[in-house]
Amino acid sequence: MSDAPGRTPMIEVRGARKAFGAAEVLRGIDLTVGRGEIVAIIGPSGSGKSTLLRAINHLETLDAGEIRLDGRRVNLPLRGRAFERHVNALRRQIGMVFQQFNLFPHLSVLDNLALAPMRARGLDRQEARALATTYLERVHIPEQAQKYPAQLSGGQQQRVAIARALCMRPKIMLFDEPTSALDPEMIKEVLDVMVELAEDGMTMIVVTHEMGFAREVADTIAFMDHGRIVEALPPAQFFTAARTERAQLFLSRILGH
Amino acid sequence: MDIGLIARLLPHFLQAAGLTILISTLALALGLAVAAGIAAARLSPSRVLRGFGAAYVSLIRGTPCLIQLFLIYFGGPQVGITPGPFAAGVIGLGLNIAAYMAEAIRGAILAVDRGQSEAARSLGFSRGQAMRRVILPQAARLMIRPLGVNAIALVKGSSLVATISVVELTYTAQRLIGSTYRPFEVFGIAALLYLVIIHTLRRGIDRLDRAYAPG
Repeated sequence: MSDAPGRTPMIEVRGARKAFGAAEVLRGIDLTVGRGEIVAIIGPSGSGKSTLLRAINHLETLDAGEIRLDGRRVNLPLRGRAFERHVNALRRQIGMVFQQFNLFPHLSVLDNLALAPMRARGLDRQEARALATTYLERVHIPEQAQKYPAQLSGGQQQRVAIARALCMRPKIMLFDEPTSALDPEMIKEVLDVMVELAEDGMTMIVVTHEMGFAREVADTIAFMDHGRIVEALPPAQFFTAARTERAQLFLSRILGH
Repeated sequence: MDIGLIARLLPHFLQAAGLTILISTLALALGLAVAAGIAAARLSPSRVLRGFGAAYVSLIRGTPCLIQLFLIYFGGPQVGITPGPFAAGVIGLGLNIAAYMAEAIRGAILAVDRGQSEAARSLGFSRGQAMRRVILPQAARLMIRPLGVNAIALVKGSSLVATISVVELTYTAQRLIGSTYRPFEVFGIAALLYLVIIHTLRRGIDRLDRAYAPG
């Protein structure tokens, strides 16, 4: 992959397993994501894409296997306060963007961005707001700073959510179907911001149904089905020469219209 | 209807209404404080605390308030606690309403979308920070109505402390029957005064709810 020799990958997943009751959602996942690499995870609903993403920042706890972020173990058998300290420190290095944006409705756009740097990184209000303004400019909506989330369009809200995650200066960004809740005409403005992030060298894992984005931007496409990564290939190969029948079937359905 | 009688009784009644307001207010304050603790216990990651909170709620809600008051006022001295009628009334009503209010608080917290706490946690907030900064400000608005309903129930329920001889509205009314033999006027005035108190309280709740309305 895109790793320089001798450097640890940004994310390493080994043998990840997870079941919800009788339903096995992750059935032994291996995935390596190098620094600056963009991985698009695609696949049918219920294949475990979101669960894998959420396990990386410990919103889900694995039953077995291990995940490393920048060489350091994510899932540790800790409990109580030690666990809290560990996951809080970990999550500050991982930016997460959700399908439903999950902006804080009781705070202005600026305060949505400034809250975490103040509370979790210890910046004072002025520094945090300056940082927030910088990132609002990066997602091209500095003029919305004083508004509340409900006053923005879906596309604008998702860009605010991206800026909010960036304010923590994460090592990696995780996107969980970031455009699935958007009206079609707003998808592009969010994808454009993600393309710019990719061009700046951000390491990204993107669960998506946007095949155009996956093809143009991703370095690797990981195709998941029934809790396994069935194929992980560069887009050029994946879209033209997927080896497995399952991936070919998926592609024929999704590209057929 | 005897208007002259009503005029003569009114000063007694106003004093009694004052006591009804006082005992309800103190019980409300105690109730809210205990309710916050019980709600926190019920939402805690600790199984012991959750069990304690659930037991408290089911014990209080599963028994009549009147029995709880009797236990405190009459049963207290047997175990070395001898509260006066007023103190027993405040404690009994407060501990009782706390169980209902704890459920109102817990319900409001659980009604805040799960994505909110996930977003906060994914930004590296601790559980406490996520609760204080993200969940509670949103839950606060959702709890105004249900807590208001409980506050109104509390005022009406405060008439029970007449049975342990707290000289509030209901007790005063019963006592005045003995000297006037005019139950229609006497209980009529008492009912009217409760109505005024509760109507005022309801308007206050409406105002609070509007003040915290979104947008």
